[in-house]
Amino acid sequence: MASEHPRANLPPLSLHVPEPRFRPGDPVDFAAVDVPAAGSARRPDTATPAGEFHELAYTLVRVLDDDGQAVGPWDPKLSPDMLRRMLRSMVQLRAFDERMFRAQRQGKTSFYMKALGEEAVAIAAAYALDRDDMCFPSYRQQGLLIARGYPLVEMMNQIYSNSGDKLGGKQLPIMYSAKDFGFFSISGNLTTQYPQAVGWAMASAAQGDTRIAATWCGEGSTAEGDFHSACTFAAVYRAPVVLNVVNNQWAISSFSGFAGAEATTFAARAVGYGIAGLRVDGNDALAVYAATQWAAERARTNQGPTLIEHFTYRAEGHSTSDDPTQYRSAGEPNAWPLGDPVRRLKDHLIAVGEWDEERHAAQDKEVAEEVKAAQKEAEKNGILGHGLHQPLDSLFDGVFEEMPWHLKEQRQQMLDEETASGRPWARK
Amino acid sequence: MGAQVTEVSDVDTIETAAVETDTVRMNMIQAINSALDVMMARDATVTVMGEDVGYFGGVFRATAGLQGKYGKTRVFDTPITEIGIIGVAIGMGAYGLRPVPEIQFADYIYPALDQLVSEAARLRYRSAGEFTAPITVRSPYGGGIFGGQTHSQSPEGIFTHVSGIKTVIPSTPYDAKGLLIAAIEDNDPVLFLEPKRIYNGPFNGYWDRPAENWSKHPGGAVPSGYYRVELGKAQVVRPGEALTILAYGTMVHVCRAVVEEAGVDAEIVDLRTLVPLDIETIEASVKKTGRCMIVHEATRTGGFGAELSALVQERCFYHLEAPIERVTGFDTPYPHSLEWAYFPGPVRIGQALEKIMKDV
Ligand SMILES: Cc1ncc(C[n+]2csc(CCOP(=O)(O)OP(=O)(O)O)c2C)c(N)n1
Ligand SMILES: [Mg+2]
Repeated sequence: MASEHPRANLPPLSLHVPEPRFRPGDPVDFAAVDVPAAGSARRPDTATPAGEFHELAYTLVRVLDDDGQAVGPWDPKLSPDMLRRMLRSMVQLRAFDERMFRAQRQGKTSFYMKALGEEAVAIAAAYALDRDDMCFPSYRQQGLLIARGYPLVEMMNQIYSNSGDKLGGKQLPIMYSAKDFGFFSISGNLTTQYPQAVGWAMASAAQGDTRIAATWCGEGSTAEGDFHSACTFAAVYRAPVVLNVVNNQWAISSFSGFAGAEATTFAARAVGYGIAGLRVDGNDALAVYAATQWAAERARTNQGPTLIEHFTYRAEGHSTSDDPTQYRSAGEPNAWPLGDPVRRLKDHLIAVGEWDEERHAAQDKEVAEEVKAAQKEAEKNGILGHGLHQPLDSLFDGVFEEMPWHLKEQRQQMLDEETASGRPWARK
Repeated sequence: MGAQVTEVSDVDTIETAAVETDTVRMNMIQAINSALDVMMARDATVTVMGEDVGYFGGVFRATAGLQGKYGKTRVFDTPITEIGIIGVAIGMGAYGLRPVPEIQFADYIYPALDQLVSEAARLRYRSAGEFTAPITVRSPYGGGIFGGQTHSQSPEGIFTHVSGIKTVIPSTPYDAKGLLIAAIEDNDPVLFLEPKRIYNGPFNGYWDRPAENWSKHPGGAVPSGYYRVELGKAQVVRPGEALTILAYGTMVHVCRAVVEEAGVDAEIVDLRTLVPLDIETIEASVKKTGRCMIVHEATRTGGFGAELSALVQERCFYHLEAPIERVTGFDTPYPHSLEWAYFPGPVRIGQALEKIMKDV
């Protein structure tokens, strides 16, 4: 077909396919990552309309500076006690992850996922939200449970699918559910929790409640349609919800460019939807706390949703199923310009004279012991053992509230099979 | 099949359209990789896309090495949006490419449902053939790997219910390669479900016995070049007289192990393509044996087994000497720890076998 518009002199089209800066073997230099000075971002009043601070979606809200001081308008001015509690939770999370990762490697369970390097994101948010605010997490916010005091033993029981597992061994390890702790059942399917959080928040608003919702997904997951549906609903109904995007740079082997990061920030998604957007140093627990507190206040005062991008780095593999050195440079984690969130909070506490290396080392030991003891306790209930810790007839529980005839028949069939197999399983 | 393969057993009757002489040992992942490689080399419009399929080569390594060989515009990572992946593949198909999108796990195909069901499956019909969707959607499916609810499902029945999509499920590396090539060459949308439990070796259904690999199985001998296994053609993988077993994917191997152990002379028909179904092979077998057992891992109610059962009843009723038996997964979500209680393993199949043979 001939074109009416002559284009003989145009070069042919070419398809752009993003490529990360570093691949295995490449030396790493993150100089191109723009890190604005701590304290440089302004902090609008929480009643400010979302359209009046678009620049906050393109900078980084940072509180902790290189000397460990808290600076600027976003400093949440937390008590030393609160800072120490946050630090302890972060240390707990790290120790817990380390131990459970190892348990998987020892064949004690099928799967595990760490949050190494991004501990501040979930922990600081948990402290900034109210205890009865409802969280709709992804699989990498186990820090919410730890900060809210969910027993480590219960988490481990779930990871082991053992006889103490409150989810009855039905879910993949780490796919917790803890209603009493304001923690929604985790899905294996990405970003489904986003519109659900918005719905919960809309219900809370419709009922004249005071509780708000918060949700998290990874930067890679923002590509899913659910993310965009959630943003639209949140904007339209001014839902009291905090939408968190954890930009840890990687989605399994795909760098953030495959979710759109070459063109703009994730916080900037908010601009298009007309909702408040903040971009935050995710390795700065104080910045995460301050941003969450600010967003929560907006939500609680009917100012609507806020989208927060937490700029951080996934310091380990995606899960126990991948080896990150296959697709990214091994030098990346150490070169990450925003440092280690645990270390930064610790340095801050030391800088303000509220902590010291000895206490930190002692706490590390104490937490390690605590996690070890929890593991011992959990292992009394068994480790993943081909279902042998779960009552066989529990398989059919929870499909429906009332069991229909066909499931009853199938359950009987299963029990007959067990008898025929000559290999007895536990029964309820 | 190539002359250097000598360990072909009597129970295997692989028919082959191979034009190559060179036959090598492959597992199912390597066979799929080889099919993609062969097709990308033959046809510059074949384009591979999906989450983590590019540099990394896929979470199961099925696309390993392809980006390096064919470049980033023909093998590329995608944003994590399954509906986007399928929609974009349809658009590329409309341009004239032959996309082979991967959905990382079949459990993640649901977000893509609208583009598959309302678009890919309907394009030819609604545009009077002006537009078609010559896409092949690859996706690992099935359980037995402790993947929990969202890494274990068998959703084939959802798609066999949709008119306009072909559904293909291989059970050996040989079939996987030949069927995938035929699927890519097909001008209609094909859902190509890969039984991931048998990626590395056939599975007899006993989770506590040592894992096997493909090195001794006749289906692990794979021509290195181009060949097709035609869509819509089942294969009798074990001829027999006592009853007919209809199965596909992993369950073909489990069934074979069970009947060998039970000493029952079953005829096992590996369907290979669910839609369009090879009804002639099924009919001929059931009319010969007079008994029919249907085995799949997917949940029971409304599963593909129900369709098979109806067809056999409609067409072979006067030849049947016993009620048709269906052996399936239970109607629950796929559990994590009780996976082997869920799985339609040797005991469940064995009991059905006893039942269907009891009047003999
Ligand atoms: C609907 C769906 N598609 C694909 C997957 C497979 N998958 C699991 S995690 C993941 C990467 C997610 O990356 P990101 O959103 O950045 O979160 P992160 O893992 O970095 O925390 C993918 C592709 C899935 N679980 N669900
Ligand atoms: Mg990520």
